[in-house]
Amino acid sequence: MPAKGYVEIAVEGCKGCNLCVINCPKDCLALNTSDTNSFGLYYAYLKNEDDCIACLNCAVICPDAAITVYKKAG
Amino acid sequence: MGEVKFMKGNEALGEAAIRAGLQGYFGYPITPQSEVVEYLAMEEPKHNYVLIQAESEVAAINMVYGGAAAGSRVMTTTSSPGFSLMQEGLSYIACAELPCVTVNVCRGGPGLGTIQPSQGDYFQAVRGGGHGDYQLIVLGPNSVQEMVDLTILAFDLADKYRNPVMLLSDGAIGQMMEKVNLPDPKPYKPDKPWATTGKTADRERNIITSLFIQSEVMEAVNNKLQEKYKKIDENEVRFEEYQIDDAEIIVMAFGLTSRICKKVVDLARKSGIKMGLLRPITLWPFPNQKVAELAASDRVKFFLSVEMNAGQMVQDIKLAVEGEKPVYFYGRTGGIIPTPEEILDFAGKQIK
Amino acid sequence: MKEGYELIYKRPKTLTTKRMHYCPGCFHSTIHKLLMEVVEEMDIQDKTVGICPVGCSVFAYDYLDVDMQEAAHGRAAAVATAVKRMLPDRYVFSYQGDGDLAAIGTAETLHACNRGENFTFIFINNGIYGMTGGQMAPTTLEGQKTTTSPYGRDVAKMGMPLKMCEIVSQFDRVVYVERVTCNTPANARKAKKALKKAFEYQGKGLGTTFIEVASNCPSGWKCTPVESLDWLKDKVYPYFPLGVFKKPEEKE
Repeated sequence: MPAKGYVEIAVEGCKGCNLCVINCPKDCLALNTSDTNSFGLYYAYLKNEDDCIACLNCAVICPDAAITVYKKAG
Repeated sequence: MGEVKFMKGNEALGEAAIRAGLQGYFGYPITPQSEVVEYLAMEEPKHNYVLIQAESEVAAINMVYGGAAAGSRVMTTTSSPGFSLMQEGLSYIACAELPCVTVNVCRGGPGLGTIQPSQGDYFQAVRGGGHGDYQLIVLGPNSVQEMVDLTILAFDLADKYRNPVMLLSDGAIGQMMEKVNLPDPKPYKPDKPWATTGKTADRERNIITSLFIQSEVMEAVNNKLQEKYKKIDENEVRFEEYQIDDAEIIVMAFGLTSRICKKVVDLARKSGIKMGLLRPITLWPFPNQKVAELAASDRVKFFLSVEMNAGQMVQDIKLAVEGEKPVYFYGRTGGIIPTPEEILDFAGKQIK
Repeated sequence: MKEGYELIYKRPKTLTTKRMHYCPGCFHSTIHKLLMEVVEEMDIQDKTVGICPVGCSVFAYDYLDVDMQEAAHGRAAAVATAVKRMLPDRYVFSYQGDGDLAAIGTAETLHACNRGENFTFIFINNGIYGMTGGQMAPTTLEGQKTTTSPYGRDVAKMGMPLKMCEIVSQFDRVVYVERVTCNTPANARKAKKALKKAFEYQGKGLGTTFIEVASNCPSGWKCTPVESLDWLKDKVYPYFPLGVFKKPEEKE
């Protein structure tokens, strides 16, 4: 079954604060600690694409407005 | 047209501001200047300006900052200790290039000092006064009429150069009553596309700031300010000459003391001394060129600066004279107004 | 966009694309974002004028795409007063930190509140001076270590942390006072709601509106952004309780 939603996280906009990761109710997000963006910072990514429910929590808590959220149409 | 009235200097200044299109007044009462805010408070219902009695001079000057940045014609008035409190704000205003009018109805200092008239804030006025490299345009009225004329001029110069303009008056000019010609009010149409009035779709946002954290940018801002000051220096020098043409002794005085020195010149001439008066009306920019010309003349024997302080403008005269002629100083402090006789007596002693 | 999906949230257009200089996890950024969402939703970009302070948010005008003025340290309330009086139909806010609003600018804050100036205070209280490197603030908690209270704030010498919401609620002409925070999505949503309410009340000309944000400073507190949330919960909220202190009576 396709996921209810998905998010895009701007790699360069993310500062790796981890607030989205700990506030995702479905444990969909993680911090990529094996790579950094051009500022030398870890960044968050959607590790579990199947469970996103488009609840917006990550986007609301993200200090840097780096997250865009999409919801399954209909 | 206009109107002739018998008015107190401080009240005439308030009336002049109204006639110049005042939109916002922010001030705090302090002797000997309080009549300005009192007058404006009394007149407020008849006009459209905003008037706030601020909680302090610090708040007042920052209200001036906000009001000027919002594109309005704004003014504050105060006296010496209050003017000291405004210096930080004025530095920000100068750097952000905000047009506004400030008035210092000067009293004797330092410290809490006296409420009697003084010219002890000359340095503070013409050397910027706060931190950093900046200049106020400084006008020195010597009559109730000039409290009117120079206030109107101050608003126009402020807008023309996007620069704070101040009137350096004193407790005597502020308190005295004289006949005054009040010009008709003139409509004021602000043309300030830089003002923060709300970002419309057709322009980028306007930012009023004095923060330029990168050294190169800060230097560029300073260079731009210095260019502006140079332009002002070239175009806005104003002074009055009295019996200068054949004068061998050049007395220099501004504001209140210039009135006394006119009398000194008359007395001197009666006893055969060729004396003349050069009165700077703009204290900054200072009439350097005129002073230098006089200093270069073989006719002129020496300069005498008469001030109600311990010797401040005399330094500017010396800078302009550049050692060509002796420059003497006579002054009184503490709010004491020198008499023509004591000035003439001092001048006479310098004649070799 | 993936097929079959629709966009439901993106960065507000009223926030510039410039990367904010704030440290990771700092609520300054969160509040900037929420504030600009409110401006976008209310469609008042052309009617909004902001005043930013001295402190970490001194560069707020780089990010908030509205007309902005940068005020001298502590004087944002005086500046905002004049802007609102000269432009009474605009939405005016002052955005200030704890040093600015509650130490050097206390007089301007209290007198603007007492006059009931019709603008919105946005007060970021993180209990520390972030920009200058972590010195004690008027809102630093008892015992909290900073670079100028290295053994912890001694209230016998330094007094108690100032509770600004509680203080400004006392003024008759202050109509809306709420302390919010951004530690969870639910609280961030509440914070946004409070900002919107404040602007709506301002639009109606009701009087002074005052939103305090119990904020964090991971760098100044020397912890991670996630750890800063624990400090907020354990130490800050008990002393600075969240909630509405005062609001206008609303006719339904």
